[in-house]
Amino acid sequence: MDSVILRTAIRFLFPLLLLSSVFLFLRGHNEPGGGFVGGLVASGAVALYAIAHDVASAQNVLRVSPRILIGSGLLTSLSCGLAPLFVGRPFLTGLWFKTNTAVFGELHLGTPLLFDLGVYLVVTGVTLVFVFSLLEE
Amino acid sequence: MMFLWLWGILIAALLAPGVNRFLGGRGGFALAIVPAVIFGRLITTWSKIVDGDVVTAAVDWVPALNLAVSLRLDGLSLTFGLLITGIGALVLVYAGGYLKGDSRLGRLWMLLLLFMGAMLGLVLADNLLTLFIFWELTSIISYLLIGFNSDRAESRASALQALLVTGAGGLALLPGLLLLGMAGGSFEISTLATIAEDVRQHAFYLPLLLLILCGAFTKSAQFPFHFWLPNAMAAPTPISAYLHSATMVKAGVYLIARMHPVLGGTVAWFWMIASVGAITMFLGAVLALRATDLKQILAYATISVLGTLTMLLGIGTEATLTAALTLLIAHAFYKASLFMVAGTIDHAVHDRDIRNLGGLWTAMPMTGLAAGLAGLSMAGVLPTFGFIAKETWYEALGEDSGIPFLVVSVASNIFLVAAVGLVCFLPFRGNRTATTEQAHEGYITTWTPPLIMGLMAITVGLKPEWLNGLISAGSSAISGHETPVKLALWHGVNATLILSLLTLAGGITLYWQRHLFAGVFQGLNRFDRFGPTQIYRHTLSAVIKLAARSTALLQNGYLRFYLLTMVGIMVVSVWMALGTELRSHMQPTSLDLELHIHEALLAGLTLVAAAVAVRARTWLLAVGALGVVGYCVAGIFVLFGAPDLAMTQFVIETLTVILFVLAFARLPDFRRLSSNRTRLHDAVIAIVAGATITTLLLFAITVRSDHPVSDFYASHSVADAHGRNIVNVILVDFRALDTLGEITVLSIAAIGVYSLLKLRVEREDQDKPLIAAGKPAESGSTSESKETH
Repeated sequence: MDSVILRTAIRFLFPLLLLSSVFLFLRGHNEPGGGFVGGLVASGAVALYAIAHDVASAQNVLRVSPRILIGSGLLTSLSCGLAPLFVGRPFLTGLWFKTNTAVFGELHLGTPLLFDLGVYLVVTGVTLVFVFSLLEE
Repeated sequence: MMFLWLWGILIAALLAPGVNRFLGGRGGFALAIVPAVIFGRLITTWSKIVDGDVVTAAVDWVPALNLAVSLRLDGLSLTFGLLITGIGALVLVYAGGYLKGDSRLGRLWMLLLLFMGAMLGLVLADNLLTLFIFWELTSIISYLLIGFNSDRAESRASALQALLVTGAGGLALLPGLLLLGMAGGSFEISTLATIAEDVRQHAFYLPLLLLILCGAFTKSAQFPFHFWLPNAMAAPTPISAYLHSATMVKAGVYLIARMHPVLGGTVAWFWMIASVGAITMFLGAVLALRATDLKQILAYATISVLGTLTMLLGIGTEATLTAALTLLIAHAFYKASLFMVAGTIDHAVHDRDIRNLGGLWTAMPMTGLAAGLAGLSMAGVLPTFGFIAKETWYEALGEDSGIPFLVVSVASNIFLVAAVGLVCFLPFRGNRTATTEQAHEGYITTWTPPLIMGLMAITVGLKPEWLNGLISAGSSAISGHETPVKLALWHGVNATLILSLLTLAGGITLYWQRHLFAGVFQGLNRFDRFGPTQIYRHTLSAVIKLAARSTALLQNGYLRFYLLTMVGIMVVSVWMALGTELRSHMQPTSLDLELHIHEALLAGLTLVAAAVAVRARTWLLAVGALGVVGYCVAGIFVLFGAPDLAMTQFVIETLTVILFVLAFARLPDFRRLSSNRTRLHDAVIAIVAGATITTLLLFAITVRSDHPVSDFYASHSVADAHGRNIVNVILVDFRALDTLGEITVLSIAAIGVYSLLKLRVEREDQDKPLIAAGKPAESGSTSESKETH
């Protein structure tokens, strides 16, 4: 699709969409959002980029193949499930620890966040596999 | 300690490919350290076990289900453990010589070690379910091992056959073990043994015995399931030596022995096991003489011995149990050794047919020596351990009810002695043949292991009292009470010695005059078409035909058919559940319809958009209208307090529209292809489905629980899961397993879409059917894996 309007728009929209996807992902635990919707927004951004330019340049922007995203996402989530086994807790138990950082103040970090990151990656990867394979012809 | 052993073997297995890369064939010695150390540790527990002690270890697995991985080392486990690790170590060394320089050696070592771990776990397991898991592991790894030469169709078929037969047995074994656990109220074998009387009186006794025996008989190649074992000889020889003589096929025998204190001693036990064992013993011995391939002869001889062990365990007197254990040890030594000899001959002359072999004595003296020693033990000649085993066996059957079994035993042994001649004498005597012209001795790593085992047979034969303690501890574990054992080489001239001599004389005569019987054996061929192999083949092809038919019926390739099936099943199952509920709860509840104007507008818009989507005549309009429906639904979510859902729905709708727009390019023009009748038909289904969901929803809001499940999440979300967004906390914490399943399904869907589009492209390019397109890729990948190993 050769459209100057879309190309110009995507130049500004792309970083904004990616930022908002990260934002949605990170706030998910306390406010509406989460890995699933974050991943969808991220893939939407890349999909728009691919439509405005072409699949090859979208692949370039993405740097890794969507298939890698799926695999690493699954691995991330699975390893969050396995991690508690090593401290004698059941599969997929959330492990939490508190940290005090200068910038953010007190933070609760835990494996569920990492699990959600896995979801984020899988969703992004899957959607992009759909989009790229449909566009690639 | 025992868990450490299993972990050690697993780690060694993972290192095996690396060992092959850096050390080559000699790495076998390095890998053999692991089983050798375990062997040593087992030896140190010897005196403790002989004193009647046991070693136990357990870890909780699923505490909520009272499931534990519990291990227990007693006399029986110790005997098997020593064979598994001892012969395992020798086989690892032998394999290093056998496949020297082959890039697949790492894989062979890895599988052998994995198998060793599974087998060791099997004989150590005290929990029925733990035992079952290791049991199935041995079946699966054996499949990989038999099919080791995966580029040959014959090996693949043999591997599949072994897997299907032993897998079917495993399928029977599982319900058998579960029934046993239910009947006894415990899954620990050691606990069950203390309440054996209750189990034997239980109504489940006969069915569970039958099921467990199905498992044992298939694994130990008992008639009529014996046919998979000779076919499994497609595996490289180290595998046959390990799996098909010393370990895996003895798993069934082990199971019978292990179950004896719990289930044994009844009439059903005696007749089912002893008769099947006796039939197998005789059949195996006869068929061994019909075969001409070295490994086939050994395979049938193994079947015969497995039958003997089964028979002896079935009879179940103290004397027969002792005889079974003695024979078990003797057999493991000589048979593994003979398999290795057969492999070395095959390696040297690339032929295993006894009709082509001869004169190997001059070319392969060390191998010949090993063959001779093992052969003497197999034939039961003084002073080998095989002789003692045969004496104990005959003597045990000399008591009261054993006489008919004794007759069959002597007859079978005569055939086996003749088989020894075919394997250990015929290929080595006389002049070289055309095949053996270029024969050469094997590597030191290929003739040492069989020679060691042959020498062991003689040493232990001269000093049998060394094994008194072990066999006594083993027999006690099988019988459930103290069983003293006194083995001796020389009992003086008595009835059993005369029977032994008779057996030898008969066997030698049969070997000498074998050409007289050749016609008889060829005559047996005509019964093959009634044999179990044919039944297996017919069953398999019938199952494949059935699968093809049901696939053609259910997977006919029409999307509308799939949709219809899914919607239909949903409607029927919802109504089946609702039907009873509605009748009992049918009471007029006033629905508070307080409709605001904006809500009404949103609902109206949804309906209009849906109607437009149905009537649309262009793709764009249809997709756009569907998008509006989706956005409206998301709007409803916003109004009724589900921001998460709404947000996700908005994004999904957007992406769906994008995907549709992308797909337009490939779609044909929007045309009306279906007749009015089909459309009417579809409309009815759609309305029924819609009405069903509406009813379900209306019903759902009338059901109010006193303690809604959301209360739990609301109160635990922040405290336990550190999150205020309950929806997300449920997704990533409370119900994370579901999410993990869902993202896995998503990934599979991605693979599906990807391959669908890719394969389509390939087919258009090359104009080839799907299967043909897959083939070159497959062979390409196997050659690739060979290079990388």
